[in-house]
Amino acid sequence: MATEDQLAAGAPAAHDTATVLDAPTLLRVDGLTVAYGRQTVVRDVGFTLERGQSLALIGESGSGKSTIARTVLRLLPPEARVLSGAVHFNRQDVLKLRERQFRPLRGRELGFVPQDPASALNAVRTIGSQALEAAALLPETGAGTRRARILETFAAVGLADPERVYRSYPHQLSGGMLQRVLIGLAVLPRPALIVADEPTSGLDVTIQKRILDLFSELKESLGIGLLFITHDLAVAAERADSLVVLKDGVVQERGPSWRVFEAPAAEYTRELQADVPAANPDRYRAGHPAGPGRGTADGVAAQIDVRSLSKTFPAGAGGRPVTAVDDVSFSVCRGTTHALVGESGSGKTTTVRLLLGLERPDAGEITIAGESVRSHSRAQWRTLRRHLQLVYQNPFTSLDPTWTLERIVREPLDRFRVGTGSERDDRVRAALHAVGLPPSARSRRPARLSGGQRQRVAIARALVLRPDVVVLDEPTSSLDVTVQADIIDLLFGLQRELGLTYLFVSHDLSLVRQIADTVSVLQAGRVVESGPVSQIFSRPQHPYTEALLDAIPARPAR
Amino acid sequence: MSIALAPEPTQSPPRRLTAAARAASAAVSLSVLVSFIVVVIVILWSLFPSLFTSYSAVAANPAEKFLGPGAQHWFGTDDLGRDEFARVVYGARSSVGTALVAVGIGLFAGGLIGLLAGFAGGWADAVLGRLVDTLLAIPGFLLAVVVVTGLGFTTLNAAIATGIASVAIFARLMRAETIKVRHSVFIESSYLQGGSAGYVLFRHVLPNAYRSVLALAVLQLGNAIIVIAALAFLGYGSPPPASDWGLLVAAGSTDATAPWLVYGPAIVIVVTVLSINRISRWLRKTS
Repeated sequence: MATEDQLAAGAPAAHDTATVLDAPTLLRVDGLTVAYGRQTVVRDVGFTLERGQSLALIGESGSGKSTIARTVLRLLPPEARVLSGAVHFNRQDVLKLRERQFRPLRGRELGFVPQDPASALNAVRTIGSQALEAAALLPETGAGTRRARILETFAAVGLADPERVYRSYPHQLSGGMLQRVLIGLAVLPRPALIVADEPTSGLDVTIQKRILDLFSELKESLGIGLLFITHDLAVAAERADSLVVLKDGVVQERGPSWRVFEAPAAEYTRELQADVPAANPDRYRAGHPAGPGRGTADGVAAQIDVRSLSKTFPAGAGGRPVTAVDDVSFSVCRGTTHALVGESGSGKTTTVRLLLGLERPDAGEITIAGESVRSHSRAQWRTLRRHLQLVYQNPFTSLDPTWTLERIVREPLDRFRVGTGSERDDRVRAALHAVGLPPSARSRRPARLSGGQRQRVAIARALVLRPDVVVLDEPTSSLDVTVQADIIDLLFGLQRELGLTYLFVSHDLSLVRQIADTVSVLQAGRVVESGPVSQIFSRPQHPYTEALLDAIPARPAR
Repeated sequence: MSIALAPEPTQSPPRRLTAAARAASAAVSLSVLVSFIVVVIVILWSLFPSLFTSYSAVAANPAEKFLGPGAQHWFGTDDLGRDEFARVVYGARSSVGTALVAVGIGLFAGGLIGLLAGFAGGWADAVLGRLVDTLLAIPGFLLAVVVVTGLGFTTLNAAIATGIASVAIFARLMRAETIKVRHSVFIESSYLQGGSAGYVLFRHVLPNAYRSVLALAVLQLGNAIIVIAALAFLGYGSPPPASDWGLLVAAGSTDATAPWLVYGPAIVIVVTVLSINRISRWLRKTS
């Protein structure tokens, strides 16, 4: 790849001499304590990052990792105050500088790659016009030369057609391309340090891998220091030279990646490490009744049978019709788990919506418990849904914020008029108990619960009718990894107990490998491969499946 | 398997910030407190006027006509020697009460139209939407004048007219809020739990959509007081001896020698409306 030559050519010479002479520590954070109002979110945090190295700040939501990144960049909101500590960047105390003195550093020396690429760019202006703004930091003058530098950088970050990207508006590019644009804009002035706040969350796994590869490459070829913020221990361990593990704003552990990952010293790191599916191929398999051939046995009636399902959405303004689901077939045996795997746009969600009767298929046959749903009336669907429930991906939106937990869990019982009033009370109590929520939580509203607790409520609501089939649409993807572990344990404990049939939608192959019996891999609305998990994962036949498997983060090398 | 409930939900920093901001604004500022006191006093005036003044609002006392404001008569006296403050206090009932009627009409009719249009979508939305657009195209005050002329010159009719003129504003906001809620995941989820359309509308959509409409209702209350006062000022309300605030300003303005007859009721109108606006703004921020 031409990256090195292209980018190194324009590197400012001053840097290199400084590096050669006495190589000061690039970034040193000492005893940093930050508070929002009376709430201290970062407590006495310290770490160092050398030139050309990468460091990952790891923690779950609320651990203070983003606050640290914002402190380094001096982008804290006005309510936040730095109570003590110092941030030295090239020996300068960033926090003591005046805004006027700091401004030349931001962007030029300190690059930033934000978390959500879609909201970080102005939607009504072209990429090029926004890139030119960033290019104002370059020593070159003249629009022509700046434009050339931008196109050069776009090519270097792996954008296939820089000219087209330059002319495009943000909505015309995919999430992965936008993230590349943002990385390109951060790299453009050749900064000494790039701070990347969850640069790949929200991106598909194969794109995530490519973006992370790009970061590694840039680090190598340009000697840029990288400060990663991430919640994903597996990714961090694979990509960063050293790790700092945070919990509630306090450093739990720090050290070289391989050491922290292989031999975690702190209790919290051990817990975190044990819950990462990619790092522990057998974490969830223990206790899971799956045998190699389960789910494919002949003679067992299929609980769900989908044959040649197709759905095309009509064209929007000026667009072409989109075939979301194209000739999809699979079947799920009673009491087993079938996984639908694919990246965004692969048709997993549409398939689920067709199955639940939220959309009508153009063609194909859906049979649930031996009964075709093709000509089901609204009333028949309603009856069917007593036995067919859904757990949504995001528990922050799937619960009515004005309702109490008890009312939320009780709703399906009331709607389907199950039993008497006191029987319903008992079942609500039993369901909340089964998902591990204390009785005292019944009168709370969703806003007073954490994400994991909300997802427990959603699961309780789905199970309170005692359905046969539960569709799980990425039930853990918006949750922290330790919470994910709890929810997965809960779901499969309940499956064993109640003999439930699961349709599990996910993009996380390391998780699917452990919990599913059979799997269908979807790409662009088509099933590219399907069969028992053990077979698909050990001997993938399709290149796309291989690419997905390849994107599972590997263990760090020593 | 069970986990302890956290005292505070663990959320990412930006979420915690909004929570902090909410906590900060929950501590009511002084101006909101003063506004509440003003509104409570005005409401008490309209309910128990005799507690606030010993004078009658209607009995004439020619010996005391055109007295300036003082300790005896806070707002002075008018051409018949009636205490102006007493007239303002007794006028509160029809001025504020009719404003409530006006807002009630707008809130109920507009809210219902907006709720149905937003929830049903499709052709129902198109028809109701055009209806609302038509209403919006007619200047509200002009519409009110036309309605009063048709129904008869009383303050209550002025209130009904004001209410009809504000239907479109309520319908718009309610429709927007309803559409926002209607596409929430928990609405679809309720259908999956066997909820019917009517059930989902009144149990899930309405409780999540009404808050900002309520804040608008408070704002419209201030507006309705002004519009009704303006209608009364122009003679589109009940005729004297009624003591609507707008009518008092109109009556006072005929005597150039007694400017206090304008100042008293006018200041009451301004202070009341400003207080209501302040409360509405505070409501919108906290909800």
